[in-house]
Amino acid sequence: MTIERADIEKLAELARIELNEATIAETTQSIADVLALVDQLQAADTEGVEPMAHPTDAVQRLRADEVTETNHREEFQAIAPATEAGLYLVPKVID
Amino acid sequence: MEWETVIGLEVHAQLATKSKIFSGSSTAFGAEPNTQASGLDLAMPGTLPVPNEQAYRYAIMFGLAIDAEIAKTSVFERKNYFYPDLPKAYQTTQLERPIVGAGHVDIELANGTKKSIRIHHAHLEEDAGKSLHEDFHGMSGIDLNRAGTPLVEIVSEPDIRNAEEAVAFAKKLHSIVTSLGICDGEMSQGSMRFDVNISVRRPGEAFGTRTETKNLNSFRFMEDCIALEVERQIDLIEDGGKVIQETRLYNGETKQARSMRSKEEANDYRYFPCPDLLPVVLDDDYIESIRQNLPELPDARHDRFMEQYGLSSYDANILSGDANMAQYFETATKVSGDTKLTANWIMGELSARLNAEDQSIKHSPVNAEQLAGMITRLVDGTISSKMAKQVFEAMWNGEGAADEIIEAKGLKQVSDSGAIEAMVDEVIANSDKQIDNYRNADESKRPKMLGYFVGQIMKASKGQANPQQVNEILLKKLNELI
Repeated sequence: MTIERADIEKLAELARIELNEATIAETTQSIADVLALVDQLQAADTEGVEPMAHPTDAVQRLRADEVTETNHREEFQAIAPATEAGLYLVPKVID
Repeated sequence: MEWETVIGLEVHAQLATKSKIFSGSSTAFGAEPNTQASGLDLAMPGTLPVPNEQAYRYAIMFGLAIDAEIAKTSVFERKNYFYPDLPKAYQTTQLERPIVGAGHVDIELANGTKKSIRIHHAHLEEDAGKSLHEDFHGMSGIDLNRAGTPLVEIVSEPDIRNAEEAVAFAKKLHSIVTSLGICDGEMSQGSMRFDVNISVRRPGEAFGTRTETKNLNSFRFMEDCIALEVERQIDLIEDGGKVIQETRLYNGETKQARSMRSKEEANDYRYFPCPDLLPVVLDDDYIESIRQNLPELPDARHDRFMEQYGLSSYDANILSGDANMAQYFETATKVSGDTKLTANWIMGELSARLNAEDQSIKHSPVNAEQLAGMITRLVDGTISSKMAKQVFEAMWNGEGAADEIIEAKGLKQVSDSGAIEAMVDEVIANSDKQIDNYRNADESKRPKMLGYFVGQIMKASKGQANPQQVNEILLKKLNELI
């Protein structure tokens, strides 16, 4: 799989990361290198191998349905840039 | 030329767990903003999710209720997008390996037609927070209490062909989840929300391009929104235009819809398995024990209501559909002892009143015991059906139990035959002319002439004489005079 400059620009946009001219070229190259590794992996014969969703062969533990958290709004909001009436304030977003 | 409508639904039902799907924060509705948002819900670095077993149990109960395959291994994935009410910048959801596989939900339409709507799958995921766009100095306010509330998202196949089927399907789902007790079904609080995918085509042709209208939270809005969107698409195509794939928002109050974003510029969600969560593996015994403990489902309850209470299929449908309505009916009929009257009052006066005030039966100002108390007094003749309406009104306004109201308002019906006889005698004695007319009238005309006498007697009793007894005694006395 090859990666073009346009792919990187689109990914940067989706990830809300600003890339300048110099870093676009550099990032394109390093991601291309990673994809080359992926290509090598793709070449391995995986016939009959069950796909895994996680690298460890472990199973998720579930917890009982109990309320264990208490209200720490004051502490959390103390480190937020802007709050009002108990709400976190963010730049206006309307879809 | 004819058009065919094709509809598929995606339904979000909030699961009635005490705590969130991945954290121990409370899910209680109506708390002060952000008082139920923990470090994990706020996406603080270093926090890790642990799934709630009850959310799994509830999703499995739903799957079993719709005859679906339950996945013994299910996997959470990250759906990546940016929105301030989603602090992690991804929603933890399921895609490739959801907990509930294909199933079906059977609906019955007003004309008795039955139809099975296929369910593609249902998956577990977390709800987002809420954005408040009132003016906070040009900023938006974010409340993350809802973030992390467990949801089951139910995805139907495009098997629905019109608004009536869509509403019947949505109501049936509502009935199933409330009967299972896995969702409180409070649509006004957003406990159940419907996304409707709509397209039109010429019968027999391939599916047309669809639009998705999101977040409908009332059956009536769904019906109105489908009619509007179908008309819009047909007009567009007939005028030579093309439907574009987009997300739309419908405003139920103004009955208008607008485009939200088109899919062309839409997000590429870049799903991938969540590295913070391992696959959830369940065994047959676990699933089987849930199956053994499933509560009564709507279809079974419908049949039981017909058999046990002698209700028609139509009445049984209304009374058994909503789990809260069914419970209300069963409690009330047990106390009052009169199934028919209880059914009529619930489907008539009570439902009309609840609808008019947009109330759910669960929060009815008149509870099942109170209604039954009033019906008991109707059955034993203490009050007439006219008085019952007054009593109901007073109960609705919180004036107390039926007996208290009957006492306070002096609404007791006079059923003492001696007292009624005396009133009848008095009216007859003062109505010489009317009595002559009655005597001389043809027998077939006489029944119509009774109205005058009944009116006079009811007036004399200040409306409190038992109308049935008045009729009986009056007829007897008049017959003696002829």
